[in-house]
Amino acid sequence: MTEQLEAGTVTQQVKENGALGAPGGEVGKARRRKEDARLVTGRTQWTDNIQLPGLLHVAFLRSPMAHARITRVDTSPARTRPGVVAVFSGQDFAGEQGSLPCAWPVTPDTVIPDHPPMAVSEVRYVGEAVACVIATDRYKAADALEAIEIDYEPLEPVLDMNEALAEGSPKVHETGNESFTWKFAGGDIEAAFREAPVVIDRTYVQQRLIPSAMEPRAVVAQTDGDSFTLHTSTQIPHVLRVMLALTTGIPEHKLRVIAPDVGGGFGSKLQVTAEEVLCLLITRRLGKPVKWTEARSEGNLTVHHGRDQIQHIRVAADADGRVRGVQVKLLADMGAYLMLVTPGVPILGAFMYNGIYKMDAYDFTCTGVFTTKMPTDAYRGAGRPEATFAIERVMDELAAEIGVDPMEIRRRNWIRHHEFPYTTICGLTYDSGNYEAATDRALALFGYDKLRAEQSDRREREDPVQLGIGISTYTEMCGLAPSRVLGSLSYAAGGWEHADVRVLPTGKVEVVTGTSPHGQGHETAWSQIVADSLGVPFEDVAVLHGDTASSHKGMDTYGSRSLAVGGIAVVHACDKVKEKARQVAAHLMEASPDDVEFSEGRFRVRGTGTSQTIQEIALATFAAHNLPDGFEPRLDASATFDPESFSFPHGTHLCAVEVDTETGATAIRSYVAVDDVGNVVNPLIVEGQVHGGIAQGIAQALFEEAVYDSDGNLLTTTMADYLLPSAADLPSFTTDRTETPATTNPLGVKGVGEAGTIASTPAVVNAIVDALRPHGVHDVRMPCTPERVWRTLRSVEGESA
Amino acid sequence: MARISVEVDGIAYEDEVEPRLLLVHYLRDRLGKTGTPIGCDTTNCGACTVLLDGRSVKSCSVLAVQVDGCDITTIEGVSSDGVWHPVQKAFHEEHALQCGYCTPGMVLASIDLLKDDPDPSEEAVRQGLEGNLCRCTGYCNIVRAVRRAAQEMRVTTP
Ligand code: FES
Ligand code: FES
Repeated sequence: MTEQLEAGTVTQQVKENGALGAPGGEVGKARRRKEDARLVTGRTQWTDNIQLPGLLHVAFLRSPMAHARITRVDTSPARTRPGVVAVFSGQDFAGEQGSLPCAWPVTPDTVIPDHPPMAVSEVRYVGEAVACVIATDRYKAADALEAIEIDYEPLEPVLDMNEALAEGSPKVHETGNESFTWKFAGGDIEAAFREAPVVIDRTYVQQRLIPSAMEPRAVVAQTDGDSFTLHTSTQIPHVLRVMLALTTGIPEHKLRVIAPDVGGGFGSKLQVTAEEVLCLLITRRLGKPVKWTEARSEGNLTVHHGRDQIQHIRVAADADGRVRGVQVKLLADMGAYLMLVTPGVPILGAFMYNGIYKMDAYDFTCTGVFTTKMPTDAYRGAGRPEATFAIERVMDELAAEIGVDPMEIRRRNWIRHHEFPYTTICGLTYDSGNYEAATDRALALFGYDKLRAEQSDRREREDPVQLGIGISTYTEMCGLAPSRVLGSLSYAAGGWEHADVRVLPTGKVEVVTGTSPHGQGHETAWSQIVADSLGVPFEDVAVLHGDTASSHKGMDTYGSRSLAVGGIAVVHACDKVKEKARQVAAHLMEASPDDVEFSEGRFRVRGTGTSQTIQEIALATFAAHNLPDGFEPRLDASATFDPESFSFPHGTHLCAVEVDTETGATAIRSYVAVDDVGNVVNPLIVEGQVHGGIAQGIAQALFEEAVYDSDGNLLTTTMADYLLPSAADLPSFTTDRTETPATTNPLGVKGVGEAGTIASTPAVVNAIVDALRPHGVHDVRMPCTPERVWRTLRSVEGESA
Repeated sequence: MARISVEVDGIAYEDEVEPRLLLVHYLRDRLGKTGTPIGCDTTNCGACTVLLDGRSVKSCSVLAVQVDGCDITTIEGVSSDGVWHPVQKAFHEEHALQCGYCTPGMVLASIDLLKDDPDPSEEAVRQGLEGNLCRCTGYCNIVRAVRRAAQEMRVTTP
C-alpha cells in the first residue's frame, strides 16, 4: 500500500477546463453557480417571504398525547380572540380532507391506515394536528391556540418495535401493528449457511433521525374562487400537484404548485404534508390567501423522520473470508401512518445489502411496524445508507473473526474491475466501476500503512487515547428510477424525467426542467450541458423549474436522480433542437442536411466555407420567411427520458478517529473520500455534495438521535436538544475522485447527492470499533456519544471481569 | 405599543411596535427585509444573524424595542453600490453555499469574525462560526471562503 501523499493538495480537484466536451467546453468545468447571486445578496424567494393583500396566518394546535381518543373539542373560546378569523378542528374537515397518500404499498396486503390530515377522533403521535386558528397575523394566530379546549382519553402508546409485534401489545391501529412483510431472495441461502466455516451474526440499530433542512416548511395557499395556487417549500411540486388533486378533489388543471427558493430538503420535503392539504382546504373555505410557517420545534415533531430500523444481519463465509451468503431480517419503524413513500424506504435498501461484494446467496425480510411516533420516510439515502452501514460494519467483523486486515477482506470479495458489467445476487447489473482504483487512491491519500503502524504502537503502549481506522467501500443505486422497475416494486408512479428546450429569436435558450432543485445547482449544471450541446454561451441559457405553470411535467428531485435522469432529458431535447436546426441550416445554405455538420454552435456545409450559427438559424426560424416546405417554424423540442437502469456510483471512504478510553470522547483525526460518480459536469458542485453528505453521515454516527420518552413525547424538539454538527464539530475532509463513466447514459454520469451520507456513517463507526476492539468491543450503538462509548467500554470490562 | 426609530441598511425607520415583537419579525414582516431568514425558535441556528451597531447578533434573540436608536445591517445592506462584499464574493467563489438558507447569517457572522481576527486559522473560523448551522455544505467550503475573504480584505485594506 502506498504512502501518504500530501493531503490538501487534492482537496481542490477542480478543473478549469472542460473534460468532456471540446477543450474549453463547459461540461467538466468548475463553473461558479448562477444561483448564488440572489442567495448571497438576500434577494431570495423563500415561501415565508411571500406577503399578499389580506393574507391570513394559520397556526396549528398539536396533540400533546402520543395516543389518545379525542372526546371533546370546543373551538368557540378561540373564535372571539382578537384578530381571529376562523377556528377549525378535525371534525370541520372530516367530510373533505381525505387521507394523506401513500404511493408505495410494497406488498398487495400492505396495511395503509386512514391518515386524516387533521385528527378527527384519535391521535397517534405527539404533534399530530388537532385544530387550527386562522388570524390576521402570526402572533395572534399563535395566541389563540391556547383558548381551544380539547379533552383526550389516553390510550397506550406503542414505542418499541419488538414489543409492538409481541402478542397482547396495545395497537396503534385496529388492524394491528404490522403494516407488511416483504421478502426477497437470490441463490440458495440454506446451502450458503450449511456447514459454513464462519458465521457472523450481528444486530445493528439505525437510530431515528430528524432531517433538519435549514429552511422550515412553509405554505402559502390562495384562490381566485376557481383555481388554486400553492407556494410550498417542497422538493416535489409536480408529484405534489397530482397527489393534492387526488386528495382534495381540486381538479389538477385548476391547481398550480410552486416551489420557490427551497432551503434544503434531504428527503424531508419529498412529501405530501397535512399542512399543504389543510392550507388548501382553508383557503377554499375562506376565499382568502393563507400562510403557515413552521416553527423549528413544530418541525422536529412533524416533519417526517428518517431511518429507525433494527437490522439483524448474518453472514456465512469460507475460512479465508470469502462471503457465501448474507441474510437480513429488518424491522422498520413506520411511525403512526404510512406517508408518501414510507414503506418503500427500507425496500430501496434491500438491493444494497450485498454492497460491492460477490456472494452465492442472499435473503432479505423486512417487516414494517407501526408505533405511536412521527411517521418515517425518505431521508438522504433512503434505505441505502442503512444497508451500506450493515454490510460495511459486518465486513469489519468478518475480518476480525478470521484475522485479516479489513481492507483485505474487502479485496477478497469485491467485484473486480474486469468483471463489469456484473449482475449481483440481487439481480441488479452494475454497469461499471473500479473499486481497486478508488481504494488505492484513498489509501495513498490517507497514509493507511503509517496510521496502522501508529495504531499498533499506541495499542502496545496502552495509550489511553486509541487510534481507530474505519473503512467504507460503498456503492449505491442512483438515478431513480426505471419506471418498469418501480412498477415491479408496486410504486404508484414512474421514474422518468422531462425537459423542454426553447430557442428564442435572439438565440438565447430557455430550458424547462422537471427536476426541482433546492441547493443542487441545476441552473448552473444544466446551463453547462446545454452550452456544450448547442454551442451557445453558458450565460445565454436560462433554466426554469419548480412551477407547474411553466414546468408542466416532471418527477422532481430526490434519489440522486436529477442529473442521471433529468440531465439526460435535457441532452435528448437538445439533440432534437439540433436536428431541426440542421434542416433549416441546410435549406438556407442550399445543401443536403446530410452534408451539414454541427460543432461549437455552427452549422457548416462539409467541404465548403459556408456556415451559419445556431443564433442565425434561430432568427431565421422566428422570421419563418424561408423555411423548408412543411417545416413547423420552431426549433423548440421536448424530451421525456426513462432510464433503463439505475446508475451505481461507488467509492472508498477512510476515517481515522482518536477515542479517549477514559472519557469516551471521539475526535475525527482525518477523513479521506475518493468517490467515483462517473463523469462530472461541475466538479465544484460534486465536491460540495460530497462534503455535505459526509457531514450528515458523520452526524448520524456521532451526534444525532430523535429521542422519545416512555410516554411517547419527543424530547429532541429543538436544535438545542437535537445536535446538528456545527463547523466546530467537524474536520476538513480530503476528497478526490476517480472517473469510471456510466455506460447507461450519454453523459456517463452516475449521481452524487447521497454518496457521502451513505459512505460515511459506517466509516466512522468502523473506526471507533476498530479503536476499541482490543478492549473487547465489537459494536457501539449510534450515535457514538462519549457517554455511549464510555458505557460500552465499562460494560465489556465488566463482562471480562 | 412602543415607538422606535432605527436605521436599517442605511434607511431610517420610525415605527410603533408591540413590545414582544422580535427584531427578525420586524425586519421581515414590517420592513419587508426578507433577506434575513428564520431557521429556528431557540436561537441555535444563526440564520437570522444581522449586524447591530456593527456587531453580529441573532435577530431572533432581540426585541424590536431593544434596537431603538440603533443601526442595523442585514444581508441586503452588505454590498455597496452593487459591489459585493469580499465575504459574499468569497462564498460564491468557494461554493460555500448550496441551498443558501444559512448564507445571510454566515456572511454577517463572518464579517464580524474578521473584524476581530483579520487572519483567522481554520480552527478559529470553525470556532467563530459555531453559532451558525449549515445543513448542506459540511462547512469545508465555508471555512475556505472566510479565509479567502480575509486574505482579500487584508490586501485591499492595508
Ligand atoms: S432563527 Fe435560529 S438563531 Fe435566529
Ligand atoms: S447552504 Fe443550505 S443550509 Fe447552508
